[in-house]
Amino acid sequence: MVLQSTWFFLWGLLWAIFFITDGFDFGVGTLYPFLGKSDTDKRTMIAAIGPLWDGNEVWLITAGGVTFAAFPKVYGVMFSTLYTPLMLILFALIIRGVSFEFRDQIVSPVWTRVWDTAIFVGSVTPALLFGVAFSNIFMGIPFNGDGVFEGNLFTLLNPYALAGGTLFVLLFTLHGALWLCIKTQGDLQKRTIKAAHTLWPILLVVAVTFLGASWFATDLYGNYIAQPVLFSIIAITVAALLGIRYFIHKEAWFKAWFASCATIFGATFFGIAGLFPTLFPSSLDAAFSLSAFNASSSTLTLKIMLGVVLIFIPVVIAYQIWAYSVFSHKVTEEDFYIH
Amino acid sequence: MDVVMLSRLQFAAATMFHFLFVPLTLGLSLLLAIMETRYAKTGDKTWLRMTQFFGKLFLINVALGVVTGITLEFQFGTNWSRYSEYVGDIFGSLLAIEATAAFFLESTFIGIWIFGWKKLSARAHAGVMWLIAFAGSLSSVWILIANAWMQHPVGYTIRNGRAELTDFVAIITQKYALLEMTHMLSAAYMYSAFVVMGISAYHLLKRQEVDLFTRAFRLALILGTISTAVVTLSGDMHGVNVTENQPAKLAAMESHWETSTRAPSFLLAIPDQKNEKNLIEIGRIPGLLSLLGKHDINAEIIGLNDIPKDERPPVLITSLAFRTMVSSATLMIFLMIWAFVKRNKLLEHPRLLMAMVCAIPLPLITIEAGWVLSEVGRQPWIVYGLMKTSQAASPVASSQVLGSLIGFVVVYGLLGFVGFWLMIKHAKNGPAPVSSTL
Ligand code: HDD
Ligand code: HEM
Ligand code: HEM
Repeated sequence: MVLQSTWFFLWGLLWAIFFITDGFDFGVGTLYPFLGKSDTDKRTMIAAIGPLWDGNEVWLITAGGVTFAAFPKVYGVMFSTLYTPLMLILFALIIRGVSFEFRDQIVSPVWTRVWDTAIFVGSVTPALLFGVAFSNIFMGIPFNGDGVFEGNLFTLLNPYALAGGTLFVLLFTLHGALWLCIKTQGDLQKRTIKAAHTLWPILLVVAVTFLGASWFATDLYGNYIAQPVLFSIIAITVAALLGIRYFIHKEAWFKAWFASCATIFGATFFGIAGLFPTLFPSSLDAAFSLSAFNASSSTLTLKIMLGVVLIFIPVVIAYQIWAYSVFSHKVTEEDFYIH
Repeated sequence: MDVVMLSRLQFAAATMFHFLFVPLTLGLSLLLAIMETRYAKTGDKTWLRMTQFFGKLFLINVALGVVTGITLEFQFGTNWSRYSEYVGDIFGSLLAIEATAAFFLESTFIGIWIFGWKKLSARAHAGVMWLIAFAGSLSSVWILIANAWMQHPVGYTIRNGRAELTDFVAIITQKYALLEMTHMLSAAYMYSAFVVMGISAYHLLKRQEVDLFTRAFRLALILGTISTAVVTLSGDMHGVNVTENQPAKLAAMESHWETSTRAPSFLLAIPDQKNEKNLIEIGRIPGLLSLLGKHDINAEIIGLNDIPKDERPPVLITSLAFRTMVSSATLMIFLMIWAFVKRNKLLEHPRLLMAMVCAIPLPLITIEAGWVLSEVGRQPWIVYGLMKTSQAASPVASSQVLGSLIGFVVVYGLLGFVGFWLMIKHAKNGPAPVSSTL
C-alpha cells in the first residue's frame, strides 16, 4: 500500500517536472512567430531554449517509462485509449526537435519559413493535447473492463477538455514568456514583457473557470472534501499565480519564473491529489478504473525501481541545475548555434 | 489488414528508421571524444577543425535519432498494450532505467556540447563528449538487455496472468544480452569507422585537407579494425547461441528443412515456405551449418519440418536478411584488411580510397539486415516461447493504426531524405576554413 502510494506520487511528480521544464520550451515555441520579428530575434529565442529542450524532453520519456515500469496496465490502457492524441503529440515533438537543428543549415527564405512553422506547430500542439488528455483523465475515459476504448477522438475533444487544453497552452506560454524575460534584452525583451502582461489576466480567468468547471465535470473534489487540508494545494497554486503578477510588476524575472514553476506544479498536483489513488478512471464503470492498487507492478519491481529513481533522479536534477546555470545569462549573438 | 499486421509494419518501420541514425551516434561520439581530447592536449587546431567538421555531422544525425526514439517508447503503449501489460513488470523497468540512467545524461550534455564552446574550457568541453559517448553506449546496453529478454526470457515467473520479475541480476547478466551488446556495439563502432574513413577517403582523393583527413582516416581505422574483429567473433558466438536457444530461427536463417547431421549451408538458397522446400539451392557446402551452429561438422541440426507450422518464422525474409548480413560482412572484412595494410600510403592507392567511399552504406545495410534477421526470425513470438505477437497488439481500430502508419511513412520519409541530404552535403563541403574556427 505504502509502496504503491509512493509510486503514485512519484508518477505525478515526474509529470509535474516535465510540465515545468519542457513547458517553457513549448511556451517559447508558441510565442516564436509572434515575438520573433527579425531573424536575430528568432535565433535569440531558439538559443534561449536550444541547450535545454532535449534534456527537458527526457522528463516525458521518464514519465512514460515509469508509468510502464510501475503501472504496466495503466501504461497499456492509457496509451492505447489515447492513441490518436498521443500520435499527434509524437509527430509534433518530432518536427519540433528536428527544426531547431535544421533551420539554420540552409540559407533560404522558404526553407527557414518551413522550419519556423514547424517550431510553432510542434510546440503548441503538445501543450494543447497534453491539456486535453489530462482533463479527460480527470473526467474519466470511456473504456471497458478489457481496456477497450468506447469513444472516439470527438469524445475526447469535449468542452471541459478543450478548456483544459487552453489552460495548458496559456500556462506554458506565460511560463515561456517569463523565461524569455530572463534570457533576452532590449526590444525583444520589451515585447516579451508586454506579452506577459497581456497573458496573465487571460490565464487567471481561464484557470478560475477551469477550477470551477472541475467541480461539475469531474470527481476530483471528492478527495478534497474528505481531506479539507488538500484545499491548501489550490490555495498555494492561486497564491503562486498571483505571485507571478507581483513579480512581473517588480520586473524580477527569475522570481516570476519560479512562481510560474510553482503554479504549474500546483496545477498538476491539484489533479493528482484529486485522482488518488486512481491513475486512470473509467467513465463507464468505476470497477474498470485503474488505480495504484489494482494496476501496479510486483513489489520486487516497485522496490528496485524505487532504488533506481531515488539514486538517479537527484543526480539528474543536480546536473540539470548545473546546465541551467551555465546557460542562465542573457543570450547574445555569441550564443547562436555555430555552423 | 488487421491491427496486428499494421502494428508490426509500423513498429518495423519506426525501429529500422531509428536505427539508421543510432549506430553512428554511438561510434562517432567516441571518435569525436578522442579527436577533441587530442586538441585539448596538444592545442593543434587541426584536431579542433576535425572535431567541428565531424561534430556537425554528428548533430544532424543525433537530432533524427533522438526524435525517432520517443516514438519507439510510446509505441509499446499505443500499439502493443497487451504486451506492455504482460511484461511491463520486467521490460518496463528496463526502459525506465534506460531513460533515468542514460538518456538524461546524453541529452543534457549534448545541449551543453552544442552551445558550450565558449562557456567551457577545451578540456571540459572534450570531457562532455566523453560523457555523451558513455551515455550513448549505456543507453544501448539497457535497451539491448530488454531486447535480449524478449528473445530469451529469464528471471521471471508467471503470476497474476503476467510475467513478474524474480531475478533482476539474471536478466541483466544473461548470455544473450551480453552477446547482443558486444555484437551490436561493435557493429555500431564499425559503421562509424567506415563513415569517417569513407568521408576522409573522398577528400583525400581530391587532395583536400590531406593532413586532416589522413589523421581522421587512421584514427577511424584503429577503431574499425578492432571492431571488425569483435563483430565477427561475436557473430560466430551469436550463431551458436541461436542454435541453442532458437532452433526455428537458425533453421529459417539457413532455410534448412530436414533435420540432419552434417547439415549443409548454401551460398544461395531461395526457400518456398508453402511447399516446405527450397526452390533454388546453389553452392552446397556439406557440414558448414553444423559447424557454424554447433562448432562440430557432424552435429545434428533441427530442420523446419520438425518445428510446428505455427511456430515457424517467415523463412524467406529471415534467410535473405542473414545472407545479406554475412555477405556484406565478408566484403567489409576484406576492405578493412586492405585499408589496414595500406594505411601508411593512402594517397598512392586511389582504388582503395574509391572503395572506401563506396563502402559507406555497407555497414548500415548490414546492421539493418541483422536486425531484420533477429526480429523477424523471432516470429511468431513477441516474447520467445511465452507470448505470441498475435496476442500482443492493442485493442485499437485498424483505421487508427493505418492513419499513424501513413503519417510515419510520410514524415519519416521526408525527414530521412532531408537529413541524409544535409549530411551528404556537409560531408562533401569539407571542414570550415581555418579563419572561421573558434
Ligand atoms: C556491421 C554490422 C554487422 C556485421 C559485420 C555482422 N553483424 Fe551480425 N548482426 C548485426 C550486425 C552485424 C546486428 C544488426 O547488430 C545484429 C542484430 C541483433 C544483434 O544483436 O546484432 C546482428 C545479429 C546477428 C545474428 C542474430 C542474433 C539473434 O537473432 O539473436 C547472428 C546469428 C549474427 N548476427 C551473425 C553474424 C556473423 C556470423 C557475422 C560475421 C560474419 C556477423 N553477424 C557480422
Ligand atoms: C533493442 C530493442 C528492440 C526491441 C525491444 C524491439 C522490439 C520489437 C517489438 C515489440 C516488435 C513488434 C512485435 C513483433 O513483431 O514481434 C518488433 C518487431 C520488429 N523489429 Fe524490433 N525491437 C528492437 C530493436 C530493433 C531494431 C534496432 C530493429 C531494426 C533496425 C528492429 C527491427 C524490427 C523488425 C523488422 C520488426 C518486425 C518483425 C515482424 O513483425 O515480422 N528491432 N521489435
Ligand atoms: C525498440 C526499442 C527502442 C526504444 C524504445 C528506444 C527509445 C529511444 C528514445 C526514447 C530515444 C530518445 C532519447 C533522447 O531524447 O535523448 C532514443 C535515442 C537513442 N537510442 Fe533508442 N530506442 C530503441 C532502440 C534502440 C537500440 C536498439 C539502441 C542501441 C543499440 C538505441 C540507442 C539509442 C541511442 C544511442 C540514442 C541517442 C540518440 C541517437 O542515438 O541518435 N535505441 N531511443
